[in-house]
Order: sequence, then structure tokens, then C-alpha cells
Amino acid sequence: MTSLRVFFIGGLTSYRALFNWLTPWILIPSFLIAPLFQILLFAYIGRTTRLESDQFYVIGNALQYAAIPCLFAMGNTISGERYQHTLPLVLATPAARLPLFVGRAVPVVVNGFLVAAFGLVVGGAILGVHVPLGAVAPLILVTAVTAFSCTGLGLVNAALALRVRENAVTSNVLFGLLLVFCGVNVPLSTLPSWMNTIAQGLPLTHGIEAGRRLAGGASLHDVLGLVGAELLIGCVYAVVGYTLLRVVETESRRRGSLEVA
Amino acid sequence: MRVVRLVVVTWWLQLKQSMKAGIFVFTALIEPLIFATLAYYLFKAGREPGTLLYAALSAGLMGIWSVTLFGAGGAINYQRWQGVLEPLIAAPPPYVLILFPQTLAASTVGVYSLTSTLLWGWIVFGIPLHFAHPLAFVISVAVTIVALGLLGLVIGSSFILYREANALSNMLEFPVWILTGVIVPLSLLPGWVHYLSWGLAPTWGYRAIRAGALGGNAWPALGYALLLAAAYFVIGHGVVHVFERRAREKATLSLV
Repeated sequence: MTSLRVFFIGGLTSYRALFNWLTPWILIPSFLIAPLFQILLFAYIGRTTRLESDQFYVIGNALQYAAIPCLFAMGNTISGERYQHTLPLVLATPAARLPLFVGRAVPVVVNGFLVAAFGLVVGGAILGVHVPLGAVAPLILVTAVTAFSCTGLGLVNAALALRVRENAVTSNVLFGLLLVFCGVNVPLSTLPSWMNTIAQGLPLTHGIEAGRRLAGGASLHDVLGLVGAELLIGCVYAVVGYTLLRVVETESRRRGSLEVA
Repeated sequence: MRVVRLVVVTWWLQLKQSMKAGIFVFTALIEPLIFATLAYYLFKAGREPGTLLYAALSAGLMGIWSVTLFGAGGAINYQRWQGVLEPLIAAPPPYVLILFPQTLAASTVGVYSLTSTLLWGWIVFGIPLHFAHPLAFVISVAVTIVALGLLGLVIGSSFILYREANALSNMLEFPVWILTGVIVPLSLLPGWVHYLSWGLAPTWGYRAIRAGALGGNAWPALGYALLLAAAYFVIGHGVVHVFERRAREKATLSLV
């Protein structure tokens, strides 16, 4: 029962604290307006270079923008607690660590999903991108799975935040790497093979590919392999992230570096 | 003379502080490299590749704006967090003479962005660095940096009053990239957008820089950039004065 409370209430409270108690002045520009302009910028670059269609950029960038909440919010669950001087208190409690850390990830998955879905709907409407009606439900599934896998990487980022003071930098670097490597704006086939190989092990790559195929008329059955791969990658990152969190937490206690990382 | 000394010392101090902050170094050096890489592959794979120097240059110019926005946006908030905003505003010199060199320092760091993307393009992607008019290029970069610093002054001044304005500044990165035609030709954008673009000094500064690097007459665009920069200083001066007065009345200067 206590673990359930830590999971749900602790996770929700931590999430609310991330955004200065959810002031719309922070939420709206960061999560709703910025992704639309990222979509527009790359769609216009695409038109300039005549590389791909608007649909390619809407799906790629909308799904990729889920990484903003998934990476930053997960990293900030640690660095934000440190900034507020509550990190040692939280980690001194006897609360089970699995609900403590994973509970903080659940609202982030929902946030990432909503940001990506908003980008898909509004970005698509602005640029006049049409998606077959039958693809809507599978696209929702793909968006949710992509947000989950990104949050897995976010857990790794949270572990890094226990050791790195400037976690915003690591979040930004990870966000940039996903933008370059995952075929968000440049087709994977045109990237060097070593970049393509790395992309196969990153979140987003398979989700974006699945989203594009669905929008192109493929059925859910056709993209199940891609969705499964995205889900598996998310699970692997989540396990690695959680394990790292435990290891680094123990190490930080030993070194007395929880507040000074 | 004392004004010049104040501006130069504040600019230099802010420049040194900025280069110690990890997030600032990321914005100035690493983020532009990410965009330079993206731009290289986008233009290389596209059917209208243009010149790859154009892509590298564009990524550098995008970096200058990012770093200006981040630095100008953060200047007042850093002062607020460090508890020095009130003493600085209470000090005898007009606050605009303290804020301007700080935003100018932010845009000056943009030189790193431009240099790093050009070197990245040259070393990693083998893009030759042949500038059509080197002198015009260098002057254009300097004028654009001053103009961006002054635009930063106008934007940054809102932070005196609105402590959440940094979220708004985060939002402005992509729109200004689009509006100024830094990587997308303005002719692709709807006609009404052009009026907004013409009112932005970076639009003209980037045009001049591009003319200096790739060929063309840089001087008319440079003139417009200077003219707009002067207008920004007048606007910035007025806005800082009004916002400072309101913040004093509402006693919100030190609220974090």
C-alpha cells in the first residue's frame, strides 16, 4: 500500500514540482508552441532541399519532441530535488526505490505522449497533412510506445543527474543526438552506415518509422515488428536506467556527494 | 569615458562568466554542431543541395541567435538568483547601461558558434572555406552581433517584470530562425511573414554575412541592420525604464 502511495502520489507531486507548480507560462510555450515551430522549420527546410514531404517532417519532429519532457523531466526529478534541497531527504526514506523512481516516470510518459500527439494533430493541420482515418488508433499506440521508450532513456538521464551538476546540458545533448541519429529529419538510408547502426539501438527510430508507414497507409499488423522493437528498446533503457540509479545512489551516499554532484 | 568603461568592463565580466557555464558552452558550441551536421545531411541528400558552405554558415548563424536568446534571457534571472539585481538597479548608472553589455556579451559568444560550425564543416565534411568578400564578411558579423545584442536587450528587459519570461524566450528560438530566413529562403514563407522579417535586424545581418561569404553586395543589408539596431536601443532604453519603474512599484524585483 505504501509503495502504491509512493508510486502514484509521490510521482504526481514530483511531476507537479518540476514545472514551478504547473504555471501555464512555462507549460504552454515549452510543450505546445515550441514543437510546432520545430516542425515548421524542418518542413520548410525540407521544401527548400526538396528532400521529403511535409508528412515526413510532421511525424518525425512531433514524435521526437516527446523527448523534451521525457529527457528533461526525468533528469529534473533528480536535479530539481537537489536544487530544492529535498534529494537527501527523499533518498534517506525507507521507501522502496522501484515505485519511487518509476512512479516519477509515469506522468512523464503521459506528458511525452500528449506533447507528441499535439504536435501531430496541430502540426499536421497547419501544414495540411492528411492521415488515413484507419491509421489514427495505431498512431496513438505508436505515440504512446515512443513516449515510453524515450522515458526509458530519460531514466538513464536521471541517473546521470545524480553525478552531473549541469543536467540540462546532458538532456540537451541527448535531445540533439536523437534529432541527428533517429531519422527525424534525414532519411536513415542517406546517413552513413555507422550512424544507421547506432540509430537501431536508440528510442524513437522504430517508432518514427512505424508512424510514417502508418500514415502512408500501412496497417498496424505491418508495423508490429517496429512497435515491438521500440517497446523492447524502451524496456532495456528503463532497466539500465533504474539499475544505474541504484548504483549511482549507493555510490553517492558512500562519497557524500548527493548535494554536490 | 566612465560610461564606456562601465560598458566594456560589464561586457568582459559577463563574457568570462558565460564561458564558465556548461549550459552556455553547450548552446554556443555543441548545439550549433548538431544543427550543422543536420543541415549538412539535409542539403547533401536533398535534390536542391545549394552550397554546403551555405548550410555550415546557416548553422553558425542559428547558433548566434540561440546563444543571444539564452544569454539575454538569463542575464536578469541570474542577477535575481544571485541577489544582485536590486543593488544594480539602485546603483547610480542607468540600468540599461548594465543590461546592454550583458546581452552584447551573450551575442559575442555567438562568434564561437560561427567559428565552430565553419571549422566542423571544413574538418569533418570537407567543406572549403572560401569567402567571396572577407572584409565585408567580418564587418557584417560584427554588426550583426551588436544588432543581436540590442535585440536581446529588448527581449531581456521583460525579465525585470516577468520572472517566467525565460519560458517565452525558449519559445522564440525556432520562430526567429524561420522569420529571419537563416536557413529557409523567405520566399517560401507566406507574404505577411515578410513584414515581420523586415523588422528584425538579424534578417539583414544574416543577408550581409551571406553576401560577404558567398558573394553579393553586403553593404545595403548592413545599413538596414544598423538602422534597426539603433531603433532597438531606443526601444530597449524606454522598455527597461518602464519595466524597472513598474517592478519597483510592485516590489517584485527580488521575487524568484
